[in-house]
Formats: sequence, C-alpha cells, structure tokens
Amino acid sequence: MKAQDTLLYLDGVSVSFDGFRAINNLSLVLQAGEMRAIIGPNGAGKTTMMDIITGKTKPDAGDVYFNGEVDLTRHDEAEIALLGIGRKFQKPTVFESHTVEDNLVLALSGPRSAFSALFHKQSANEAERIEDILYTIRLNGKRDWLAANLSHGQKQWLEIGMLLAQDPKLLLVDEPVAGMTDAETAETAKLLREIAKTRSVLVVEHDMHFVRELDVKVTCLHEGSVLAEGSLDFVSNDQRVIEVYLGR
Amino acid sequence: MITQWFFTHVDRRGGIAIALLVAIAFLVPLSNLLLPETSPLHIPTYLVSLIGKYLTYALLAVALDLVWGFCGILSLGHGAFFALGGYAMGMYLMRQIGPRGVYADPVLPDFMVFLNWKELPWFWHGFDNFWFAALMVVLVPGALAFGFGWLAFRSRVTGVYLSIITQALTYALLLAFFRNDMGFGGNNGLTDFKDILGFNIQAGTTRSMLFAATALFLALAVFVSSFIIRSKLGKVLVGVRDAESRMRFLGYRVDRYKLFVWTISAMMAGIAGALYVPQVGIINPSEFEPANSIEAVIWVAVGGRGTIIGPIIGAVLVNFGKTYFTAAFPEIWLFALGALFIIVTLFLPKGILGLYGSWRTKLADRAARKKDSAPPPVAAENVHLPEPQAAE
Ligand SMILES: Nc1ncnc2c1ncn2[C@@H]1O[C@H](COP(=O)(O)OP(=O)(O)O)[C@@H](O)[C@H]1O
Ligand SMILES: [Mg+2]
Repeated sequence: MKAQDTLLYLDGVSVSFDGFRAINNLSLVLQAGEMRAIIGPNGAGKTTMMDIITGKTKPDAGDVYFNGEVDLTRHDEAEIALLGIGRKFQKPTVFESHTVEDNLVLALSGPRSAFSALFHKQSANEAERIEDILYTIRLNGKRDWLAANLSHGQKQWLEIGMLLAQDPKLLLVDEPVAGMTDAETAETAKLLREIAKTRSVLVVEHDMHFVRELDVKVTCLHEGSVLAEGSLDFVSNDQRVIEVYLGR
Repeated sequence: MITQWFFTHVDRRGGIAIALLVAIAFLVPLSNLLLPETSPLHIPTYLVSLIGKYLTYALLAVALDLVWGFCGILSLGHGAFFALGGYAMGMYLMRQIGPRGVYADPVLPDFMVFLNWKELPWFWHGFDNFWFAALMVVLVPGALAFGFGWLAFRSRVTGVYLSIITQALTYALLLAFFRNDMGFGGNNGLTDFKDILGFNIQAGTTRSMLFAATALFLALAVFVSSFIIRSKLGKVLVGVRDAESRMRFLGYRVDRYKLFVWTISAMMAGIAGALYVPQVGIINPSEFEPANSIEAVIWVAVGGRGTIIGPIIGAVLVNFGKTYFTAAFPEIWLFALGALFIIVTLFLPKGILGLYGSWRTKLADRAARKKDSAPPPVAAENVHLPEPQAAE
C-alpha cells in the first residue's frame, strides 16, 4: 500500500529504548474519516506509537506520513499539533491552575505566536465556539471552576473538549474511559462517535464494552507490532489475541 | 476610558500597589525636601536612599517572579542582569566625572590613567550620553538574556540544569569583571561619582528624585507584569510552568514564549541595577556574586512567588531585616536568612501573600459550600503551584 490517499500511514516503524524494542516493525494505515480502536496488553507499545505520531519520540526506522505527504518524523511536537493532530493523554493532563474556560481558550485553534497571544482579544466567534464545546462536554455550569477541582471523569472530558477546540483533522485518544463510571463511559462512547462523523480518530482502550459500543475496526497490538486487525468479533476470536490479551 | 483600559490589565491588588507606589514617589520626596527636620514626618535623606535601594531590590524581585513564579524558570543568576544594568549606568556616571578625577584626565576615568591606558576602550564610547547609557541599561542585559535563552530553551534545558547554568553565568561574569584588563575598573569597580544629568549626585534633591524614579519604575514593572500575566500569553506561561510538554502538543512554541518573558525580565533587572548604582554610589564585581542571586530568590519565596506584589513585600522585609541584623548581630544574619528560607519553604510554600490568599480562598470556599455550590473560582495567580509534571 502507498502513503497517498491515506490520512495516517505507518510502515515498518521501530523504536528501541536501551536495547528494548518497544515498537517492532509496526505498520498501520488510517483512512480519512475513519475511527479505529487500538487494543492490546499493557506495554504493547500503544502509547509509544502515539508518541511517535506526535513527534515526542523519533523512530529508529520506518516511515510515518500524515495526509499522504507530510513526513512526521521531520517535525516537532508543536509543528505536528499545528498540522492538525491533536492528542489526549493517558493520564489526564489539563492545566490545573487555570479555569475550565481558560483551558479551552488555550487549546482553541488560532495564531500561536507569542506576540499575538500578548495582544489577544477574544472574538465573538471564539466565545461562541467555547460555548459550544462547554455544552458538548457537559461542563457549561463549571466554566469558572479551576480544572484542579474537577473529578477524574470531568478532567477526561475537559481534555476531550480541548481536543475539539484544537479542531484537528486527526484525534489520538489514549485510554479515555480509564477511571470512569459506566454511565460516563457510555456517554464518552457517544461523544466519540459524534466526533468521528467529522474527523478521524484513533482510540486506545482496554474496556471491551466501550470498544464494542464504538463499533469500529479494531487493531490489536502486541510487543510493538500488529497481531490482528479487523472487526471486533474477528479480532476477539483470533487464537493469538485470546492467548496474549483477552484470555488472561 | 483610560481607567477602564487600566483595570482590564491589572487586578485590584495590582491597582492598589501601583497607586501606593505612585503616592510614595511623590510623598517621600516632599517630606524629605519640604518638611523641617524637626517634624516627625520628615524623612531624612539617608533613609530616602536606603528605602530607594530596597525598592531597586524589589524591582529585581518582580523581574525574577515573572520568570520563576509564572513560567517556572528558577533563575539563580538574575543578579548578573542587575549588575550589568548597574555597570551601564556606572559607566555613564564615570564619564560625567570628566576632569574632576584625581588624575584630572578630561576623558579617561582614573582607573584607566592608573593602568597607563592611553585611550578610551571602544566599548566606553557613547557612555558620556545619558540616553545612550539608558539604552544600554536594557539592551546589554536583554541581549545577553536573549542569547543565553535562545541556546538554553531551544535545547530544552529545564529545571535544576537551567538553574545551575544561570548560576554559572553570573559566576563567569564575576570572574571576568574582577580582571583589570576587562576595562571596568577590576576589583574596585566604578565609584566616586559626581553628578547625574548635571545634578550633584550627593544632593538631597537628587536623591529624592532618584527615589521617585525608582518607585515609578517599580509601579511600571507591576503594570507590565500584570499586563503580561493577564493576557493570553500569561496563561500560556502558567501552562508551561504546570505542564510544559502538554503546551507543546497544543501547538505552542514553548521556547519562544520562554525567551520572550526571560528577555523582558532581564531588562527589568537591568533597570533595577541602573537605579541602584547612583543611590549606593558604587558598582563593583561583587554584585555578580552568586549569593546575591540566591538572596533574590529568597525575597521572592518569602513574599510569595507568582503573585507580582509578594516579591516587593519580600524584598523590602528581608532587606530591612538584613540591615537591622547585620548592624545588631552581624554574626547571625546568614543563619537567620537560612532559617527564614527553610521556614518559608516548609510552612509557607506560597509566601506571605499566599498565606493571605489561601486564608481568603478558605473563607470564600466555606461560604460557597454553605450555599452548596461550586468551589470558588480563583485567579490563576492565587493557586498552589503544582510541581512541574511531565505530560506523559
Ligand atoms: N521513554 C521510554 N523509555 C524507556 N522505555 C519506555 C519509554 N516509553 C515506553 N517505554 C517502554 O516501552 C514499552 C511500551 O510502553 P507503552 O507504549 O507505554 O505501552 P502501552 O501504552 O501499550 O501500555 C513498555 O515496556 C515501556 O516500559
Ligand atoms: Mg499506554
């Protein structure tokens, strides 16, 4: 397969940490508009894969292309974010000493230079977008709260809201429902399906109920490479997947 | 309209501080110059200069708070920028001496005649002009900070490593300025100043004017800091302080933001040094002493980092303490300072102003919870500073 006509294209990617191969000849392709779920045991390399896509970690070998043409290995974190790749971290990372609203203000797409930030005035359009996002992530009543005072689930949602504010083409979402209640998990699945209507999404998640509710193609990673790929039923009936992951 | 513009950029506390500083800029000179010496409200000239000196330290503390309190850059070398600003002013004052020096050379300062130099080194040219010197007061520290920051922030040097190289920076300058052939008066530095802008530097009126200038510059620094912190740029800085790599994944070029605030801060420190030198009458290499920079960190910690106003309180209080202790019990001052730092770190992590802030927050929180509603919204600068955490 060629990188052209794909949104995200990883081919033969490898990276080692002190001789340990965290990612081993990994290949993965995401089409524009697609949502994909990534499953796999702890230490399979799911987070490391996101580090490579977002420029935090440089691969030792392999190709990583965005939009069929942009070589992501040549760009740093800030540039990749501006290309349109947003990321939600495994551990929710919101800016705790800022209010919910200011977290969104910081994430909102727009000029990123220090000079424009110094003289920034919020436009009506920006205010409206923030309003919309606050509503979408169900935090409109808490806009003036410090992010530090939110519950764990609310922080996860705020981070998803920050992703939306960034208005990326591709969202990388690392374990979004970890630590959420069942109700919150169901809501999050709904939210992600809604988001996936207009953009591409890569979700890493352990929660099988959640993955089922997403109802998308699934890729199972193991020891840094793809073990199986297909519908959830197909993947979860794969003998090796059962051995290394589901059967434990 | 101007008031409205002012208050969109400064909070109530900042507004009060600015008003107070402007008030003392006028009242202290008036009291010194107009009231008879017998009046209980008369402030003697020595005290005017002493408080003026404290206010230059306060200006240095505000500059340091801008980078440490709001952006998490713990500089242990801010004294270097202060001293460079001081040297730029000192060079102007030296050239004002003219033929009144001991050797009566119309151009060369005494120490150059003493070293048998025949002409003025190139970097001393222009310093006979006040405005050129004033420009250098901000440009030299600003340029050094820019170059240093450009290298350090681009290669992502942070935390302890950054603190150590800032300390090395001031130490290197200390050694350099000690050397006679550097052309800055070596060990003795620059002193024996005669006048500034044509006014006798010893005169009570000149001292009062220097005091007023210091208070006004400090007020300006409070305004500039508030303007920066309350802008979106300020929010980015606090974001960098709390979760630097998260900020990068949002598309911000963290190094450029740091470079901006770092350079502004160094320029402020340079102005502080320039106001300090005419009031104390000397600048010598000891101003580059690493311990000076560490003391400045203590002022900020005591007053409350990340509060803009706290560092002013910290600088003034600690230095009053220092003046008192070094006169009354000279042998225990360093122990007292060390103890103070330990106490503040252990029991007052947010400093004096943080104590007041958390007391108010607690009251508001209790009131809010009584009404069974949200925790109170709190401005970013009043909040605890989480340890810098790497976003995974
Ligand atoms: N920066 C790093 N340095 C050393 N080892 C790392 C680093 N990042 C990840 N690893 C290792 O790589 C492996 C894959 O980790 P990770 O991608 O976090 O797994 P997952 O997200 O699938 O649970 C783990 O064994 C982890 O310890
Ligand atoms: Mg992980």
